[in-house]
Amino acid sequence: MIDLRSLYQDVILDHSRNPRNSGPLEPHSHHANGNNPLCGDKIQVYMRLANGTIDNIAFEAKGCAISVASASMMTELIKGGGVEDARAIFARFHEIVTRKGDVSEAEIEALDKLATLIGVREFPMRIKCATLPWHTMAAALDGVAEDVTTE
Amino acid sequence: MTSVNGGYDVDAIRRDFPILGESVYGKNLVYLDNGASAQKPRAVIDSLAHVYEAEYANVHRGVHYMSQKATDAMEAAREKARALINAEHAHEAIFVRGATEGINLVASSWGRANLAPGDEIVLSVMEHHSNIVPWQIVAEQTGAAIRVAPISDEGVLDMDALEALIGPRTRMVAITHVSNALGTVVPVADAIRLARRVGALVLLDGCQAVPHMAVDVRALDADFYVFSGHKLYGPSGIGVLYGKEALLKAMPPYQGGGEMIESVTFEKTTYAGLPFKFEAGTPHIAGAIGLGAAIDYVTGIGFERIAAHENDVLDYATERLGALNSVRLIGTAPDKAAIVSFNLEDVHPHDVGTILDREGVAVRTGHHCAQPVMDRFDVAATVRASFGLYNTRHEVDALVDALGRVQEIFGR
Repeated sequence: MIDLRSLYQDVILDHSRNPRNSGPLEPHSHHANGNNPLCGDKIQVYMRLANGTIDNIAFEAKGCAISVASASMMTELIKGGGVEDARAIFARFHEIVTRKGDVSEAEIEALDKLATLIGVREFPMRIKCATLPWHTMAAALDGVAEDVTTE
Repeated sequence: MTSVNGGYDVDAIRRDFPILGESVYGKNLVYLDNGASAQKPRAVIDSLAHVYEAEYANVHRGVHYMSQKATDAMEAAREKARALINAEHAHEAIFVRGATEGINLVASSWGRANLAPGDEIVLSVMEHHSNIVPWQIVAEQTGAAIRVAPISDEGVLDMDALEALIGPRTRMVAITHVSNALGTVVPVADAIRLARRVGALVLLDGCQAVPHMAVDVRALDADFYVFSGHKLYGPSGIGVLYGKEALLKAMPPYQGGGEMIESVTFEKTTYAGLPFKFEAGTPHIAGAIGLGAAIDYVTGIGFERIAAHENDVLDYATERLGALNSVRLIGTAPDKAAIVSFNLEDVHPHDVGTILDREGVAVRTGHHCAQPVMDRFDVAATVRASFGLYNTRHEVDALVDALGRVQEIFGR
């Protein structure tokens, strides 16, 4: 059962039960809705940007433990950082969780707290749960008017 | 592990289904996702192989021996489908890809020819998306309106509200026979009587009914009845649309192509008779024959015995799940068939599904293509265990044990 424990690590359960930066953010400069039509997960991401920096970020989610934990960690990681840094973290995270080949220890370490989420690699149906908040964040940055879906 | 249903040898039945001997993640497969698709008995698997090994060619075309054999086998399957639902004529059983295509066919062909602005289509809130969206499409095209009958907190169709909704502008009442998300058995005969009073037609979605109970379209007086082969232990990609002969005859074709014509010139094409008018293109020949084998299989066991066994498993599951403090049952109608939908307190169904999967227990988690039902109960999704003729009380125990594993992981 080591595989289930790798998916549901204590850190993930903690973030899903006590999500950081949860709730609406007013005023905000950027916002997007994301949803996964397969499982019904829904998330809203709000950001307040100033001079290329994410001054504040918050989210509201109705979803599984993986998606809520991923959203919560995302807000911690990118809050106060640059927009381009946020995009780069997403790109690295996305590439690693969707990669078919092996992932090195160094790559995992570089993911910082997101490393706890790479267990989803063993659960193909759950990868979208982990990436939905990030897709939604990116859509908010891009100012996409339409809802984002994982499909 | 003998069931209380005297003489129902569930162990022998299980041996008919090769996949039930498979293990997943080193555990015995506990397959409780029959509402999504049922597993196949050896008789169906063998029939598919036999078609391709011994009696395959295109149907209704060649003068040659193999074409005739394949045609005979496919038409024999149509007769089995007729008998299954007690239709009057075999040509009232149209082979389609599945229930979804059957409903689309009626909505498109009958709907566009018969619906006018202000006409009304009555649905229930517990319809599968496949019995909602085709009607929305045709409503948009014709100016017809859709009205929706509510359900109670138990998941019972509100017949008083249905009666009030069915009025002089009602042209079609399209409702499910058994709810795929809740398991509720709908009193469809009563609904049909209400529709008759205003001259409306009735389409029944029989996907979740046909595998679990004897269906008699003539006793019900249903105008249209659809079901999918793959939920009835048959192949996917094949299903049946039943329609009353007079209605089908009056309806324009759904798709154009080969097989559905009598003669074609660029000036005028005349269409073939039933059922071929609605079967454009080469059909799923082996699928139809495999469906025939599935029908033989279930009728060989008998629906009375299947229903008694499944109801025992359902009652046991309801009792065991209901005894868990953390479980909220969704859909507690007095009359149900083979489905138990529930949620665990504080754990999202998607997480429950992943953990159950690792315990070898296959359930469906999500909105079950019935989002209005989820909205009705104010949930995003549920966990659904749906039973078939081979499931056992022992497998219900395995489900409950696996839910204990969920609590272990999430209860820390």
